[in-house]
Parts: sequence; C-alpha cells; structure tokens
Amino acid sequence: MSAAIEKLGMPKWGLSMTEGRVIEWLVDEGAELDVGTEVAEVETEKINGAVESPAAGILRRRVAAEGDVVPVGGLLGVIADASVPDEEIDAFVADFQASFVPGEAEEDAGPAPETVTVEGRSLRFLRSGEGGEPLVLLHGFGGDLNNWLFNVEPLSGDRAVYALDLPGHGGSAKDVGDGTLAVMVGALRGFLDSQDIARAHLAGHSMGGLVAATLALEDPDRVLSLTLVDAAGLGEEIDREYIEGFIEASGRRDLKPVLQRLFADEGLVTRQMVDDVLKYKRLDGVQEALRAIGGALFADGRQRHVLAGDLGAYDGPLLVVWGEQDRVIPAAHAGACPERAQTTVLPGAGHSPHMEEAGEFNRMMERFLAGARAG
Amino acid sequence: MARRITFQQAINEALAQEMERDPTVVIFGEDVAGGAGADGEDDAWGGVLGVTKGLHPRFPDRVLDTPISESAYIGAAAGAAASGLRPVAELMFVDFLGVCLDQIFNQAAKFRYMFGGKAVTPMVVRAMWGAGIRAASQHSQSLYPIFTHIPGLKVVAPSNPYDAKGLLIQAIRDDDPVIFLEHKVLYTVEGDVPEEPYAIPFGEADVRREGSDVTVVALGRMVHFAEQAAEELAKEDGIDCEVIDLRTTSPLDEETILESVENTGRLVVVDESNPRCGLAADIVARVSQEAFGDLKAAPRMVTPPHTPVPFSPVLEDAYLPSPQTVADAIREVAGAATAGAR
Repeated sequence: MSAAIEKLGMPKWGLSMTEGRVIEWLVDEGAELDVGTEVAEVETEKINGAVESPAAGILRRRVAAEGDVVPVGGLLGVIADASVPDEEIDAFVADFQASFVPGEAEEDAGPAPETVTVEGRSLRFLRSGEGGEPLVLLHGFGGDLNNWLFNVEPLSGDRAVYALDLPGHGGSAKDVGDGTLAVMVGALRGFLDSQDIARAHLAGHSMGGLVAATLALEDPDRVLSLTLVDAAGLGEEIDREYIEGFIEASGRRDLKPVLQRLFADEGLVTRQMVDDVLKYKRLDGVQEALRAIGGALFADGRQRHVLAGDLGAYDGPLLVVWGEQDRVIPAAHAGACPERAQTTVLPGAGHSPHMEEAGEFNRMMERFLAGARAG
Repeated sequence: MARRITFQQAINEALAQEMERDPTVVIFGEDVAGGAGADGEDDAWGGVLGVTKGLHPRFPDRVLDTPISESAYIGAAAGAAASGLRPVAELMFVDFLGVCLDQIFNQAAKFRYMFGGKAVTPMVVRAMWGAGIRAASQHSQSLYPIFTHIPGLKVVAPSNPYDAKGLLIQAIRDDDPVIFLEHKVLYTVEGDVPEEPYAIPFGEADVRREGSDVTVVALGRMVHFAEQAAEELAKEDGIDCEVIDLRTTSPLDEETILESVENTGRLVVVDESNPRCGLAADIVARVSQEAFGDLKAAPRMVTPPHTPVPFSPVLEDAYLPSPQTVADAIREVAGAATAGAR
C-alpha cells in the first residue's frame, strides 16, 4: 500500500462518542487540502463539529455520503497526491472496509473520570496520557470537564492531561462554601497536591482562567505556563444575561438560548447538550452553588476580580486565546494582558474557541506547550 | 456521578435518599418490609417485587407493613400527609385502586381546594401498572386516565431509570397528592442515573428524539415502542419522527406537544390505556382543537382494544401495541399526507 494515501477517519470527540453522522461535505472530491482544512460537518449526540484534514493532499474520495452514520475510526474519505492511481485508491478503500471493525463501546471509551477527596470535598477529574509536564484544564462557570472533549485526547500525546471539575460543578461536590475565588483556588491547589503534581501547565476557560491566573500569581513556581481562554479576570465587563440566565433557567426552553450565547454558531448546541446541562442543574445543591459563585464573582453583571494589571508579576509563558465573537466576555479583554503574552483572537469562534475551533486551538496549544518546555 | 442502575434500583435509591434527607418521609404498604408480626426473617419481601428491599433495616420506624386493607392505609396516608408527614403509600397493583378510591379522589384530591389552600397533602401513592407479564386482567391495567381525570391529583409514569428517580424525588417533595405509576415491565431496564439526589419538575415532557415529519406522543413502556418504530422508519422509510415522552399526564405539557405538531403537522399517540375516554383521545382532542390548522393528516391513536387485558399469552401479545403497530400507524399518517399532496 502506498504510503502517500492517508485515511480521513471519523474523529472521536469526547468519552461517549461512538459514531457520528455526516451532515455536509465542505469540500468537493479533487479539492486540495492542507493539514487542518475543514472537510466535513459531523453531528454527534453531544455536539456538532468540523472534521479537519489530518494531512496535506487531494481529497480523492468521499467515501461517506451526507446523512451516513459512521463509527469512530470509520472511513469518511481518502487523501492522496494526484500521482496515486485511482486503482490504488479503490484498493485502499476496499481493504479498509473489509478489515475495519468498529471499536466496542467499552474498550473504546478511553479513561473514565476519577474522584479524589480534598479537604473533605470530593472532586471529579479526568486523566489522559502519561508523563511529560502535566497540563491541567479548568472549565468555566456552569461547565465541567466535558467542555474539553475536543482537547483532552489530542493534547495528551506527550503528557498527562488532567481536566478538573471545580467545586459546585460537574461531578464534584456541590458545597462551595461562600463561593469565592479563594474556594476555587484552594480546591485547585489541593487537587494538585492530591495528585503529587508539583508543577503544571494550567489552561483555564472563562472563570477557570481566573482561577488558573490567581494560582499563577499566588504560587508562580507551581505554574509552568498559563493559558487563558476567553478568560475572566481581565476586565470588569461580563454578560449579565448569560450569568443570570444560566442560573435561573429551569427548563430546556430557557436554557437553550442561554447556551447558544456561548458559541458563534448557535447550531452547535444540540438537544443532548441542553439535556446534559439541565441534568447537572437539577442535582441537589447546584442552584445554591451557582448562586453563591455568581454572587461572589459576577454580581450585577460586573466581574469582581480584575487581575490584568497584576499579571505582569507572573513571568512564565503566557498564551491568550479569544473567540472574536465572544458574547459573554468581550474579546477586547485579550488586550489587557501583558505585551509579552502570545495572543490570538479567532474570528470564527464565540466564548468557547476550544470547542468551536478545536483543531486550531489544539495546534496552538501544542506549539505553545512545546515552546514553553524548550524555554 | 452517573452510573448504570435499573429502574427498580432508581426507585429504591430515590426513597432512601429522601428518607435520609427528610425525617417526615414514611412508607406504608402491604409487605413493604415483609414479615411484620411473624417470626422469621425481617425485611423478607421489601414489597411484592422487592422494590423497597433494604429500607426497613435502615429506617425501622418509618417503613410500615400494613394489614391487607387498602382503604385503611391509603386513608391513613392522606391523614398523615394532612397532619405533617410525607407518606409514600404503596398500592402494589394499581388495579387495587377500587378499594381505596374514596380516600384518593374524594379526600386527598380535595383537601387543598376545600380548605381554601390552608391544608396541603404531600402524599405519594406508588403503584405498578401495565400489561406484558401474564398477570391477567386484574393485575395488568393502565389506569392513569382515571387519576388524570380528577383535578387535585398529579399523575406520573416514568419510562426510564433517570426519570424514575428524579420524578419520584419531586413527587415526595411536592405538596399535593401524587399518583406515581411504575410499569412492571420496565423494572429491569437499565440506564445512567446520577448518584446524587435531583428532582425533575412535573409537566415537562421529554423530547426523546427530534424529527420533522411525524410527532409521536407516548408514555411509560410505549415510549420504547415509539423509539423503536422511529428508528426503523428513519432507516427504512426515511420518515423522521419526533418522539415525546409525556412523563406526567397531570400536569400535561401541552406546549411541547403543540409546538411539535406545529412543526410536523402529523400526530400519532401511543397509549397503553383503554381507548375510550383515555389519554390518547384527550391529546388528539386537544391538538385538534388548538392546532387544527397545522394538521396535514388525521391524527391516529395506537391503543389496545377496548377489552380487559387477556390472560392468554397469545392474546395478551395481540392486545398490546407493538413497535410494528406503532410504525404502521406512523406510516399511515405520513402516507396520507404524501398521497394528498400528489
């Protein structure tokens, strides 16, 4: 088989994904692709996303038709140089389809979330990958570790990646005390201790960025690098409608428009995503936790903690990523970071570029982390 | 954190967690512990199918075996609720409703109204319903339309373990009398259920599957048949069904049904209860009145025939709707529209 033939496969986004449906091809057969070219829109139970080309070359075959449901790892298309004869492409497709066995849901599920008790509070986390310099991912207000579904596996090739549920969120304990930043930062520090993580790269989205930045300022020696994604803590403005709407939403009808504010493309919000958030919101103690945190950090549509001026005191590598169309925290806040920060504003994304522009985000993080290690 | 447990375990867990949280929650019923007043094993039964097993040892003063007198213990539950407890009374088979109907419909259901809102009746009546286990006419009925007919009662019939736990917790915390119906065929169905307590509000239907061609409304076990039919139709006929699980018949989430019909223009209601004056008839009537202009075809009801549930296995299977009869009805509703458009 010619080494010049590359498989375009159904990606695996998140732990529970076993298959995806091809909604639309974004490129025609014969199109020239670069690494990262978006080739197809795929719908999964949890979220819709774009499949990116793993290689440069020509899309020689579109094997899956629009509307087809393809298992994770199954063949969507074939990429190769123009020089590869059609017969070889046909043989590649035939060989693949004859030998491909979809992964069993169980064995394919990847790592399962774990829990650890830190100062009497149970914290849920996900760990993927081994060794290297660990990376810890922190979600935003109302989110959980699943917000990193597009990122955990791709980033865990060279290192252990941890995604943590902050107190009051996901599968962690819902008792958040007074809901202050100190509670969140304390939980993060306790979590790092519990896993014997002396030093880690931290990446935080929204409120998680504020938590990560606070630890970087308090304990700079523990933080190898800091990545802030549409982060809180860089300016006063925050969308009051989002914060209050998220807290108050009691059913699917109220919640869906609130979640749509997180994305530039509102179509990314699937029924399953709304249902999952609703299931979380209905757990005993969650309303109280969200109210406490919202009141302590974001009362009256203003951010209580603005660290932008202090961030200069942290001298580790700093990456700042923002979605240009962020409706929750304005992209202008990216400009409040110290000048030495590597700053990228992604045009196609809203408040959650790590989900909406996942491929681009992962490549950016990978480059940044490689550079941070070299430095 | 969620893990997979059965419908039956979800009910047991909801009861245990609410009893843990609130000392006024008590359980009454025949053999809910089992062995009361006799020598031998304590908690021998835990309910006729073992749903309350393990609760008596944990809460010995609050899980009470009663004499075989439904009128006495359902009445006692109504009184206990009116005077400060939160009883969960187990009627065993819903078919036994007849011997305690006064306590439910003329007492518990009326207290709040007749006392000008000064009395509350936070009482739950749990009961098994539904055909399919060869239990004959007196232990197989689907009587939720009778309760739904009575103002002052809330009526719940979950289709899966997640809903069973959240709706039962809501039922216990609710200040009105709630009839909580458990389909016996579903007890062994497994699903993801969070370990933590949570409550699902009443009157919120669950859209199990989104679709644009036909709205399929169902309840309890029929939700599974509707989903199977929808899957088959999507694959074989290209018909895209929206499947709505009502979860509660009182209150009824009319808004979700009407919104869906506005979009699809076609309605099939799958209902295990008797067809006359039943749930399907009620929903078809509501939709016909409120959304007549949106309808592209006559709505269809998929129900058993208007007969007692047969004991003969062959006849019982023929009596019940099946994924096949549901799919046929959907095809008919969808096909009628296509033919008309030609």
